[in-house]
Amino acid sequence: MSMWEYANPKRFMGWTAPVLPWSFGLAMACLVVGLVWGFFFTPDDFRQGSTVKIIYLHVPAALMAINAWIMMLVASLIWVVRRHHVSALAARAAAPVGLTMTLIALFTGAIWGQPMWGTYWAWDPRLTSFLILFLFYMGYIALWEAIEDPDTAADLTSVLCMVGSIFAILSRYAVNFWNQGLHQGASLSLDAEENVADVFWIPLLVCIAGFVLLFIALVLMRTRTEIRVRRMRALEARARRA
Amino acid sequence: MPDLGTYAAEVLSAYAVSLVLLVGVIGLSWRRYTRVRADLEKVERDG
Repeated sequence: MSMWEYANPKRFMGWTAPVLPWSFGLAMACLVVGLVWGFFFTPDDFRQGSTVKIIYLHVPAALMAINAWIMMLVASLIWVVRRHHVSALAARAAAPVGLTMTLIALFTGAIWGQPMWGTYWAWDPRLTSFLILFLFYMGYIALWEAIEDPDTAADLTSVLCMVGSIFAILSRYAVNFWNQGLHQGASLSLDAEENVADVFWIPLLVCIAGFVLLFIALVLMRTRTEIRVRRMRALEARARRA
Repeated sequence: MPDLGTYAAEVLSAYAVSLVLLVGVIGLSWRRYTRVRADLEKVERDG
């Protein structure tokens, strides 16, 4: 069987039905374990004090805020090239989840910034690019809502998604491109000396797994909803014609 | 409860805002999921 057959709406509904509760359950388990571990059982940082506990929310949310665009880009390209409706609906389903992750990253970053930098906000490259990313999410969702014809909406939002994805990548590397501003470089690194200490890293990894699984579960749930909405509209249109 | 020292307000508010947003997106997604499923079942039943 070709992998594209999994994108058939009926097949998609079939294979996602058992995957959805498992991904959601695993996401909840990872989030509860990671956040409880991070909040209650990790020490304060010698420089940042207890504010280091914000890392368990801020970093996974920021990672997902950026990577949601990559998922949306792949789904949009599949729509543009192969015209698979499920891929367009999956991109649409991911946007509100990515928007929520962006909001969490922005809020927790501002709250963390106040005691560390002395300000909630600065027009720093990373912060500014994240604010623009937030606006791209809003624009993407608004464009889907504004266009009545679903295929036209999918075409136009795919173009917007390509531009948004470039910004997502820019925001990921903003600290490297413009080596100025308040925001530190990446907290996570394959270089053991640059990476955060294991005592913070392991619960952070559990939280990242929780956010990734939650993203997957929510996108599956919302894509299933969009497929049902599409089917309901088709049935109603058929009933009106009869 | 761990001793959060002088940053207790910042840490607790970061967790509160994040949990509200997470619960919000999960709750809204679930509510729409169940509503649309029920509506589609009704449309399919009524033919």
